[in-house]
Amino acid sequence: MTEDHQDSIGTSRRSGSRFRPARRPPAFIAVPAAIGLALFALPVLGLLGRAPWSRLATLLGSDMALEALRLSAISSVSAAIISLFLGVPVAWILCRYEFPGRSLVRGLVLLPMVLPPVVGGAALLFALGRRGLVGSPLYEATGIVLPFSTGGVILAGVFVAMPLMVLTVEGALRGLDHRFERAAETLGAGRWTVLRRVTIPMIAPSVVAGIALTWARALGEFGATLTFAGNLQGRTQTLPLAVFVALESDRDTALALSLVMVVVSLAVIVALRDHWWRNG
Amino acid sequence: MRTGLDSRLTMERSGFHLDMALGIDPGQTVALLGPNGAGKTTAVGALAGLVPLDRGYIRLDDRVLDDPATGTLVGPAERRIGVMFQDGVLFPHLSALENVAFGLRSRGVPRREARRRAAGWLEAVGLDQLSDHRPGRLSGGQRQRVALARALITEPSMLLLDEPFSALDVSSRAGLRRLLQDHLAGFPGPSLLITHDPTEAFLLADRLIVLENGSVAQEGSADQVRLRPASPYAADLAGVNLVVGTASGRVLTVGKHRLLVPEAASGQVIATIHPRAISIHLERPGGSPRNSWPTRIERIDHHADRVRVQTGHPLPVTAEITPDAQTGLNLAPGSEVWLSVKATEIQVNAG
Repeated sequence: MTEDHQDSIGTSRRSGSRFRPARRPPAFIAVPAAIGLALFALPVLGLLGRAPWSRLATLLGSDMALEALRLSAISSVSAAIISLFLGVPVAWILCRYEFPGRSLVRGLVLLPMVLPPVVGGAALLFALGRRGLVGSPLYEATGIVLPFSTGGVILAGVFVAMPLMVLTVEGALRGLDHRFERAAETLGAGRWTVLRRVTIPMIAPSVVAGIALTWARALGEFGATLTFAGNLQGRTQTLPLAVFVALESDRDTALALSLVMVVVSLAVIVALRDHWWRNG
Repeated sequence: MRTGLDSRLTMERSGFHLDMALGIDPGQTVALLGPNGAGKTTAVGALAGLVPLDRGYIRLDDRVLDDPATGTLVGPAERRIGVMFQDGVLFPHLSALENVAFGLRSRGVPRREARRRAAGWLEAVGLDQLSDHRPGRLSGGQRQRVALARALITEPSMLLLDEPFSALDVSSRAGLRRLLQDHLAGFPGPSLLITHDPTEAFLLADRLIVLENGSVAQEGSADQVRLRPASPYAADLAGVNLVVGTASGRVLTVGKHRLLVPEAASGQVIATIHPRAISIHLERPGGSPRNSWPTRIERIDHHADRVRVQTGHPLPVTAEITPDAQTGLNLAPGSEVWLSVKATEIQVNAG
């Protein structure tokens, strides 16, 4: 990162302007790209076109909508926070320690990303249901029942979203030059100080990206929630479930709730762009 | 109690073996020279406490830092060894001031006091104007100055300088070298300079150690290593002639002798001339080499495939010729000869 480095950037800029892309892409690129973009844009346009704009406030003010909004807000934020406090240590272990079966553990951590959420929900039910492997002793000991409760919604969210946190933070830790932590140690910093003043600030952009990704994933969770927590209004009926139910009975409410999710998700993606796509 | 560094570093890595004795007196600077892969980085890691020794020991003043035989191992945070890392390794998320203050903050000095002292150190390295800049906005030379201040502020018992010049261009090298000269002169503990640049080693160190393949190939003063290199590597890198003089335009004046140099400079400069660039003649040479002078041969050293000829007044230098050339010219100590060197073979560094 010396003058040489700046020089090389300058050079690439100069050559970049010389090989500036043509003003119009050729048809064999433009046509499939346009179809691809249309595929992204049309559903959103469809939603906007059919949205009951004049009745939006009334529709979102209904009991069902308000309860779904509240429940989604609480469960997605809780899932993101839990994923932060559990996912970062998991990423740390996977990145910094050698142990037998590490690749198997990594596969296990990433499994919820590729597993159909319904299967994940069913697996959670068998493990944590009232007669499940862990759920049964948990109920005996504490009386806590996770399935069909708000706690179950949060748990399903954590299960499907935490892999994104682990993946993001592990990547950041792997890319971190160890010499910064070593330099801090030679300056008299103990483990905790190194963590607090060097490691965490240096991976902070990725942790923020991880929080946003897990939160957005938990917000959109449907299959695992439905299977593990059910669809009880006010207790487990989150926004996606409410949209699914409303599509059958009250299309306008479904559109209004969908609109909320589109706006919120788009806002997250745009905010993320700085941390994730540009730097990471 | 200051007794300096006393150590024997023995480490095994896959296919690599480091075994060297290293002692440095308080206030003394030792340069560790060697080609890539010689074990310099491993030695730094062991001294800084980043890698444990396999055998041997490290004692600094009256403390044992590492001794596998007794199971003693002091961590890097408690060693009080200031390290100036290659490329600086400044914390990118902290300002220059916060980087310098880091060591004091880690040792529990209150924030305000740490920042006040850090500001003083930034001034001492000439960067008080840039204290709130992050490393990304500093030049390579400025970053190394911050790194030096960051290492010195904690008043370490020993200083480790790991290739401090490697990422710098020629002009920032001279500035940093002068700064290091000043601070090393005032530093009470032992200092170790890791480098592969013999010029920096000669100018900054009291003693040189040449490390090759994990063991010490030669140890001695700059003059000993320069004039009697013990290995081809030492001869090649450390055998270079250093000429300190005053430049004015393209003329370099050394004592009463004048040399023509390839580029204009002014003030005190250090010129380096490779021994192979100097040729020996029995009579005054004609033709293009404009730098030529008569002198007398002081001594001749024979190496495997080369002969090193040391000459006296007016400009003592070492020339390197082939054994055939020596036989052909019938050279011996005391012979009167002419030396010549092309201006383009003289490399000038700001002093």
